[in-house]
Amino acid sequence: MARLTPENVTRARETIALYPQTRSALIPLLHLAQEQDGWLTPDGIGHVAELLDLTPAEVYGTASFYDMFFTEPVGKHLVSICTNIACLLNGGYELLEHAEQSLGVKAGATTPDGEFTLEEVECIALCGNAPCLAVNWRFFGDVTPTRFDELAAGLRAGQLAEEVPPHGTLNRVWRTVGLVAGVPAEGRVAVQDAPAVAEAEPPADTVKDQRGQREPADEQATEDAAAEADAVEGSDEGAAE
Amino acid sequence: MAVTDAAPIVTRRVGLAESWTLKSYLDNGGYAGLRKALTMSPEQITQEVITSNLLGRGGAGFEAGKKWSMLRQAQPVYLVVNGDESEPATFKDHMLIECDPHQLIEGVVICAYAIGAAQAFIYVRGEFALGLERVQAALNEAYAHGAVGKGIFGSGFDLDVVVHPGAGAYICGEETALIESLEGKRGFPRIKPPFFPAAIGLYGAPTVVNNVETLSNLPWIVENGGASFAALGEGRSTGTRIFSLSGHVNRPGNYEVEMSKTTFRDLVEHYGQGVRLDRQVKAFIPGGASAPWFGPDQLDMPLSQEQVGAAGSMLGSGAVTIMDDTTCMVRAAWRITRFFHRESCGQCTPCREGSGWVEKIMRRIEEGAGREEDLDLLLDVCDNIAPGLSWPPQQTTICVLGPSIPSSVVSGIRMFRDEFLLHIKEGACPHG
Repeated sequence: MARLTPENVTRARETIALYPQTRSALIPLLHLAQEQDGWLTPDGIGHVAELLDLTPAEVYGTASFYDMFFTEPVGKHLVSICTNIACLLNGGYELLEHAEQSLGVKAGATTPDGEFTLEEVECIALCGNAPCLAVNWRFFGDVTPTRFDELAAGLRAGQLAEEVPPHGTLNRVWRTVGLVAGVPAEGRVAVQDAPAVAEAEPPADTVKDQRGQREPADEQATEDAAAEADAVEGSDEGAAE
Repeated sequence: MAVTDAAPIVTRRVGLAESWTLKSYLDNGGYAGLRKALTMSPEQITQEVITSNLLGRGGAGFEAGKKWSMLRQAQPVYLVVNGDESEPATFKDHMLIECDPHQLIEGVVICAYAIGAAQAFIYVRGEFALGLERVQAALNEAYAHGAVGKGIFGSGFDLDVVVHPGAGAYICGEETALIESLEGKRGFPRIKPPFFPAAIGLYGAPTVVNNVETLSNLPWIVENGGASFAALGEGRSTGTRIFSLSGHVNRPGNYEVEMSKTTFRDLVEHYGQGVRLDRQVKAFIPGGASAPWFGPDQLDMPLSQEQVGAAGSMLGSGAVTIMDDTTCMVRAAWRITRFFHRESCGQCTPCREGSGWVEKIMRRIEEGAGREEDLDLLLDVCDNIAPGLSWPPQQTTICVLGPSIPSSVVSGIRMFRDEFLLHIKEGACPHG
């Protein structure tokens, strides 16, 4: 139930400064508010509106258009199961039914302990590994019922905390520079804190930091990438012939 | 093992160790295209892209070079990257964003240089959390490397690039809806004309909106010349293209193949290693959920935009979904219809109401409460959304989401009318 923290206000102002027009920062700021509180609280929406010189109704009206924004509390883990065509053909609905039984809630509901919110979603673009799901928008492919139960148990036990950040956390890699190419547009808020390009972290550090923070997620990603790479390998091999 | 000799272009680094890092990218020839581009004039680059005949890889398949050439002469000019990949069964941009973000950034800088943009926005589908992190990390590296920012690689060209997250809305893949979303509004497609944001785009300024895969091809095209790209493929469908193969195949995945010279059968049997459990293809979707379906008799059709178009469907987003002979066509068509119903932005009556009615009637049949007259009723409702039920469709709505609604239902009824009727008569699915 909170307004943005001073740190997040700084981040919000830095974000606003990236756009020629202030309102463009609306979606990024809503993600920021959702990252802070896990959902979009009335106070959070009001604060975003203040920062963008909009009314809360304008912010709410936009937020409610987008599926990723929640204007009521959600569980610690948002489990999003795809049932669109590629998953439907590969057991997506069976997976959803299993998840409903296993978690004891229907799609759209949150478990009484607040651990999980289960939802049925449209295609999440991991169709080569159908059926698939996302937890707080970290992707898992080829999910069998057994694998689902293992995943749920791991999440419940907090074993995947690194791989799956709390709900609302989207991008953990921050921009290291402000705008450098041109003169700020009229009306653009100047940001004193944004470092110039010369002060940016060296690339190696940036990567190390990013990887250091999220080693397990990278493993998962590597797995995915490997599977995908495997899939394109056919054409690689062919080219070599 | 590939069907033709064409080497992959945009996926050639996918699978390399840490392919998303600057180090890996530079070790594998990265940013050479941009360095070359900066020695050329913007007009020369545009000419190379026109020569390549690179068709947009997002869904509409419009010539990228032509799109650039249509820009209204005014400043500022913006470049917007459409990374809002949401067409059901399409998962290629997701892979490119996660596995080769520097290639995308390099393409962005080349395009921005060619069209004279000083700021570019990479709109990444909100759900792609890892993708957002990878692109932002790569962008931070690119700034520090001098590939983005002020005086790029010592030239006089300046460019800022901003990574912008979406928040979950299929419609934002439509380029004018994407621009609205980027302006901080609901993703409502804009009324046409103007038909292209090249006239009035972001903040009313001339804007180019290009897809992730389209832009990812630019470094290679600049390095090797548009003619080399055009030498691949045939007719208007030049170069290589990623096809997202899904459904009932043994090895689903993203396969980058030479256009026109590879067929759907090659995709299924060669790349996909055949239909699961040696079953038969009952039908397939040649270009994403918006595309009318094909039957097994069309498997030998080449992956050519013009040939698939002439046969009454489209290559669309490059998503090929295979349905085997155990598939319930009513259920498949119903699920796709429900998708469009959920994702309709609600601006236009035929789409908002039509999708709802089609979904309700389809669900009634799927749940065993259908009536025989429902089939004609469905066709009638679909005809009100896209009069004539032809392809390419007639449009009664602001954007093409509306006329995409009938594709699956009309295909299902035309190709499998008996199965739909059996569903209705037995009050249950014949497939159990």
